[in-house]
Amino acid sequence: MENQFFVDSAHLSPEALVKKHRLETDPSSRKSHMEYLPGMEVIESDVCANVLAQMNAYDYTKYTAADVKAALERDACTIEDFKALLSPAAEPFLEQMAQRARLETSKHFGNTVYLFTPLYIANYCENYCVYCGFNCYNHIKRMKLSMDQIEKEMQVIADSGMEEILILTGESRGQSDVEYIGEACKSARKYFRMVGLEIYPVNTDEYRYLHECGADYVTVFQETYDTEKYEQLHLLGHKRVWPYRFDAQERALRGGMRGVAFSALLGLSDFRKDALASALHVYYLQRKYPHAEMSLSCPRLRPIINNEKINPLDVREKQLCQVLCAYRIFLPFVGITVSSRESAAFRNGIVKIAATKVSAGVSTGIGDHESKYTGKETDGMQGDEQFEIDDNRSLDKMYRDIAAEGLQPVLNDYLYM
Amino acid sequence: MNNDNLIIGGHEFRSRFILGSGKYSMKLIEAAVKDAGAEIITLAVRRANTKEQESILDHIPEGVTLLPNTSGARNAEEAVRIARLARELGCGNFVKIEIMRDSKYLLPDNVETVKATEILAKEGFVVMPYMYPDLNTARDLANAGAASVMPLAAPIGSNKGLATKEFIQILVDEIDLPIIVDAGIGRPSQACEAMEMGAAAIMANTALATAGDLPMMASAFKSAVEAGRKAYLSGLGRVLARGASASDPLTGFLRD
Repeated sequence: MENQFFVDSAHLSPEALVKKHRLETDPSSRKSHMEYLPGMEVIESDVCANVLAQMNAYDYTKYTAADVKAALERDACTIEDFKALLSPAAEPFLEQMAQRARLETSKHFGNTVYLFTPLYIANYCENYCVYCGFNCYNHIKRMKLSMDQIEKEMQVIADSGMEEILILTGESRGQSDVEYIGEACKSARKYFRMVGLEIYPVNTDEYRYLHECGADYVTVFQETYDTEKYEQLHLLGHKRVWPYRFDAQERALRGGMRGVAFSALLGLSDFRKDALASALHVYYLQRKYPHAEMSLSCPRLRPIINNEKINPLDVREKQLCQVLCAYRIFLPFVGITVSSRESAAFRNGIVKIAATKVSAGVSTGIGDHESKYTGKETDGMQGDEQFEIDDNRSLDKMYRDIAAEGLQPVLNDYLYM
Repeated sequence: MNNDNLIIGGHEFRSRFILGSGKYSMKLIEAAVKDAGAEIITLAVRRANTKEQESILDHIPEGVTLLPNTSGARNAEEAVRIARLARELGCGNFVKIEIMRDSKYLLPDNVETVKATEILAKEGFVVMPYMYPDLNTARDLANAGAASVMPLAAPIGSNKGLATKEFIQILVDEIDLPIIVDAGIGRPSQACEAMEMGAAAIMANTALATAGDLPMMASAFKSAVEAGRKAYLSGLGRVLARGASASDPLTGFLRD
């Protein structure tokens, strides 16, 4: 079954509907997804060419059980080994992969699991990405928090004991400009030890500014490394420019950020190729910026408001686990984050194998932490959520559950330099 | 053996086992102190800098010396700032310098480490630099005022043992400071071997943290470190490299 991404809202004007349908059906009505827009910084880098060459040449059907066994026996996992571990031939070896992954995780991270929470401060978006709840044609309650509201949300979260926060916005420079995000970072520095950002990609000097405001970790999801598929899913807006997004982490590092995070949204395209490209994106950048801290996430598609049918297709829990084990064996030093998109049972299991960071006390809506954390009725001004989460555990519950698995929850391991 | 204390920066310790900080858990600290007899415990300042109820600082038993480390520092300047923060946090005067600009292997940057050692030693810190075992760097560290030198045995967390054995031996032979072997020690036998070579102490973490029975492994390390130390002090017997030695001396013909 294919995903049914296109949904028309009754709230759109006839003109808007005509434009939307044209974008959906007529590729010639869409701007080139490989050309930079004015103002987008171009950097010299060979990372993208390396990743794409490897991904395009990847034929996962040619790997055999023997390749997988050899990969598992080797001390250091090569790119070829990694390709074997991601292939269908590795599926019967999932338990062995998990054992090896667990060993690597414990060598590099011991039994620690880091905790964080996301804070969405605005959900305005100028893009039409067909699978996303924030897309500009989706009729949802839009909201942008004022600085006072942001502080209040941060206070509520900090009171729960959380020390690391990830600030998110919809991708709208118009509604949520860099200065606005910078001010949010300055507030966050007062309440949290570690401040991460997941916002639209920006230029190096803007990353430098945001770093000076207190942010030190930048997450950009590439969604899919399959450029043609990307073109068909991101029909309108600056997000449509695939290469500018690809270079975001490198610009962030050049701007002085300590760490960067990567991911494909598994289920949008061929997940094995996307997993390969995500890991190689990390691999090549690590060789170029060896001091940087890097991490991978592994989101799968989730249902959104006004579209219940979106699902992760052929990426089932077993495949997701295979991808995560392969990531861990190939890149033993990277952080692996598993979000609340996944179930409590899956997250409890995967922190014992490969994951090193999980979110807790999560809301993907805007301005609703007080009502969600305290149960207090608020004035009703809340923005809608980006997607439905699965694991609703609070920080307290998550902390206790992780400790009960024999692991050590860690709220902070970080100094802002 | 009675007066065989480890002396670092004028402070005396009976134990020659130091707990590293890489993988932390409250259980690990407890086992290291109770069962391994550790009197020095490393603490990552970046982790002490927490509001967490279960702060590691609250779990350090009386009489144990804290050794704050500068992990997270990417250059000398950052290491110096972290060391000063440690002093402000009340972690004392000891500091272990860790400077890494490689997030994959976490190998120390010797050049930056010498720079930071010089600055911090002048500020009165008892400086214990973590380093890649290089004789020239070790001499520079000694001249810069280090209180000990901490060469790595193998990549951190690897449990691969004394991969740099020959070079550590050179440091033991040439440097007049305690040589504390840090990183890579995966088994008690490897700790014992390093002590037999003349290392002044052993630092380990992963080997304990990832053991099946933590207290028992801690106690095994204690015994191994002590055994190795005794062997070193007693003067190891000759080990013949190949075959037997001739019973008639080759120089028996010499008359005067």
